[in-house]
Amino acid sequence: MSEGAARPAGAKPILVVGGGIAGQAVCEALRRRDPEVPLVMVCGEPRLPYDRVTLSTLLASEGDPASLQLRPAEWYEDNRVEVRLGEEVESIDPQAGACRLSSGEALEFDRAALCTGSDPLMPPIPGIDLEGVYPFRGPEDCLAIGRAAEGASRAAVIGGGLLGLEAAYGIASRGCPVTVVHLMDRLMERQLDEGAAALLGPAMEALGAEVLLERQTERILGWARAQGLRFADGGEMECDFVVVSIGIRARTDLARSAGIVCERGVVVDGRMRTSAPNVVAVGECAQHDGIVYGIVAPLHEQAEVAADTLLGREGTAPYGGSVMSAKLKVMGVDLVSIGDAHGGAAAIVADDDASVYRKIVVKDGRPTGAILMGDVRGHELLLESVRAGEEVTDPLELLAAASRATGADLPDAAQVCNCNGVCKGAIVEAIEDGGLGSTAEVVATTRAGSGCGSCKPLVTEILHFVRGGDVEEASFLCPCLKQTREELAATIRGHGFESVTEVAAQCGTGRRCGACKPGLAYLISEINGNRHREERHARFINDRVHANIQRDGTFSVVPRIRGGVTSPAELRRIADVAEKYEVPMVKLTGGQRIDLLGVAKEDLPAIWEELDMPSGHAYAKAVRTVKTCVGTDFCRFGLGDSIAAGIELERQMEGLYTPHKVKSSVSGCPRNCAESYVKDIGFVAVEGGWEIYVGGASGSRVRKGDLLATVPTTEEAIEVALTFLQHYRENAEYLERTYDFCERVGMEAIERAVLDEESGEPARLRERFRIAKAAVETDPWLERRDPVHPRQFVGLEPDGEAALVGPPAEAVLAGAPAEDAR
Amino acid sequence: MTASGSTAATALHRLGRAEDIPRFEGRTATVAGVSLAVFSTEHGFVAIGAACPHQGGPLADGIVSERCVTCPLHNRRIDLHTGEVVAGGEGRVPAYEVVERDGDLYVPVSGVDGTPLEREPLEAAT
Repeated sequence: MSEGAARPAGAKPILVVGGGIAGQAVCEALRRRDPEVPLVMVCGEPRLPYDRVTLSTLLASEGDPASLQLRPAEWYEDNRVEVRLGEEVESIDPQAGACRLSSGEALEFDRAALCTGSDPLMPPIPGIDLEGVYPFRGPEDCLAIGRAAEGASRAAVIGGGLLGLEAAYGIASRGCPVTVVHLMDRLMERQLDEGAAALLGPAMEALGAEVLLERQTERILGWARAQGLRFADGGEMECDFVVVSIGIRARTDLARSAGIVCERGVVVDGRMRTSAPNVVAVGECAQHDGIVYGIVAPLHEQAEVAADTLLGREGTAPYGGSVMSAKLKVMGVDLVSIGDAHGGAAAIVADDDASVYRKIVVKDGRPTGAILMGDVRGHELLLESVRAGEEVTDPLELLAAASRATGADLPDAAQVCNCNGVCKGAIVEAIEDGGLGSTAEVVATTRAGSGCGSCKPLVTEILHFVRGGDVEEASFLCPCLKQTREELAATIRGHGFESVTEVAAQCGTGRRCGACKPGLAYLISEINGNRHREERHARFINDRVHANIQRDGTFSVVPRIRGGVTSPAELRRIADVAEKYEVPMVKLTGGQRIDLLGVAKEDLPAIWEELDMPSGHAYAKAVRTVKTCVGTDFCRFGLGDSIAAGIELERQMEGLYTPHKVKSSVSGCPRNCAESYVKDIGFVAVEGGWEIYVGGASGSRVRKGDLLATVPTTEEAIEVALTFLQHYRENAEYLERTYDFCERVGMEAIERAVLDEESGEPARLRERFRIAKAAVETDPWLERRDPVHPRQFVGLEPDGEAALVGPPAEAVLAGAPAEDAR
Repeated sequence: MTASGSTAATALHRLGRAEDIPRFEGRTATVAGVSLAVFSTEHGFVAIGAACPHQGGPLADGIVSERCVTCPLHNRRIDLHTGEVVAGGEGRVPAYEVVERDGDLYVPVSGVDGTPLEREPLEAAT
């Protein structure tokens, strides 16, 4: 902060009243135009400007309010913006260029921008000032609501508009049942028509928010604290706290007291000038052409015009009003409303089964508004067509084109990030000029996607299109929705999710193409220390039937033979099984195991029973084999007991799932007969102990492992290996082998995590390893006796030739495809 | 295809119990020599030809999402309602309607030779 920042003697500053998104936008627009002019920003709240639009996510994800700050403190210093935090402008005299702050300080100014924003409307009903009644406006409100939700048995949210629904979602996410009480006969009635509202109600209920429509709250019940609501129809409901979100009112008191013309807001002209010639107003407090915009997008455009006006320039075209658009920030409910979607001629695409509703309204051949529910693809394109007032001959074709639109199809003027007012052209320019190569860089540079984040996938798309695929990206666990492992892990931890289904319901992960379900299943199991709720539909077929699928749809069976050491009795049973079930091929594997290839799925349980050996996990992304050389038992060169060490290492690791397969080996001397240098984890006995190598490969590429440590005893070697394994389990991307992981994060980071005992991290890794290992399925092949589903290993029962029944005519009709397609 | 036309030419063939297919999984069934992969999805049961058009992979063993199944062999992704390969390659498999009645699953079959009747191509949603 730069309270003491020097400013040229004599020059009076431009005063920005209000430190919200609007005040910040005005400061930035001014600084871009004039690096010298002195700026003073007076913030009523005790914190630097933050992204209020994203506030509701704070409630839903229990985030830190500081994470919403728009610019770091240094920005104000670097840009010489004097900031007065926690102070209000009490009075202002535009003509004299003087104002007084709540601290009593008098400030002089040359020109001023009013960015005073708005206050939440609180209805004047009895009980509104009880304890436990909260507005939903600032971080303090979010924190108070979050605290109230802990242990509450029900919350009531008065108001079923955008903000009310976001509040309800946030409360429900905290595990507190919530009821939305709405005056009108449908939710978000200003933005939505009946068709979309009919889908929104059930979608909110599915997230745990009950909806009561056509209820006028007459009184908040309770003596000291809110305990319930009474409605005008005489009905009542009980609740432990109440959130009021029925609307906002522009803050005009300061302007009014200065004699500036105000109606519902501070009246401004197309240059954002108020009735005082040296004062402009921007954002939610301003009224332009009869409209007060309670949304964020217009203020960026307003701020640009206002900055020109304040500096006496005519650079930008006058502000001509904005198209209203709103996006509901409720995970799992995709909803965008644009402009005026009532009346006119409408084209609607609706699919009740898929909960999709897309509507565009055209008046006099031009689109005036749209509603997209369940499928918001192309909303940027539609907003731009409404904004530009493009002529539309076929509204259905416009809707279809929007569904197909990619980042490449958007005009440069199309706004991509509504939170920060960034259009596509600015993003393309930043990528080209700055040579940006990753989404993170584009977000950091342009700030597109740094608000609510919903436009990030589009930013990525634009990046790919501009760079022609030459993009370095964080890998996505769910590529459809561009969700990274870190993001999903944070969600899983934040909500305490224990199943793939819960994550899918919350984030949509895995629902579209399903490819990420195994990765998600692994992530869920890893975070929960294997105390998750196992869902087999999220697992690859190998992990549903515990065998490796082959090219002809048969399976291979590899029993556990620890360290590659077997016995005549085991070999005899294997031989008997192979003969009895006419196994087409019996083969020794590279990992010193025996593979029975070409087994029918139906035969698996019987074969396991007769083998009477545990699963070798040769089919899973899991700890596979530990191969060994003969070591000191028989070999005349052996330095270490590789067989005993290998068997023990395998025993301690087996059954654990990993991001990708983990192959290990133990060699009794540096001749390295067990090929330990090219394994994910490899031990080599040397004089005086063991060398531990990690990250070796001998697959599609060959890589010698990195020496992680040399330790004197077998116990210590195993301990280091297990610590490394857990570090890999927790930090690798799904399907990232140890050799890629080691190269990506670097051995230095791995050594710190695995070996630096002083940091406490190795001990924590070992503890989490112990917890995870204690909960693994010892032998999944025991499902032969206790299957998770009666038909786990077989197809549907054929009913034979006599199965023709019916035809009950209506059944055939009801199932007729043409009917069902609708 | 006559499923929506004359009912006289069609009948229902019982595949098995609905509960025999766990949610979001598939199972194979054979109807008059035709192999089907029957799936339990979020929106009810559907069936497609059992073999992937790529290399014959067992589609009933694939991973099921809202609308697709991914072949376990080489990740061709197939739309469960149209049978079209939508990712990883080209081609299609037949798609069938599945009717659920009192916990039993049926597929409409030809009244003449008992072979399953492909569903008519879905119209683009309008």
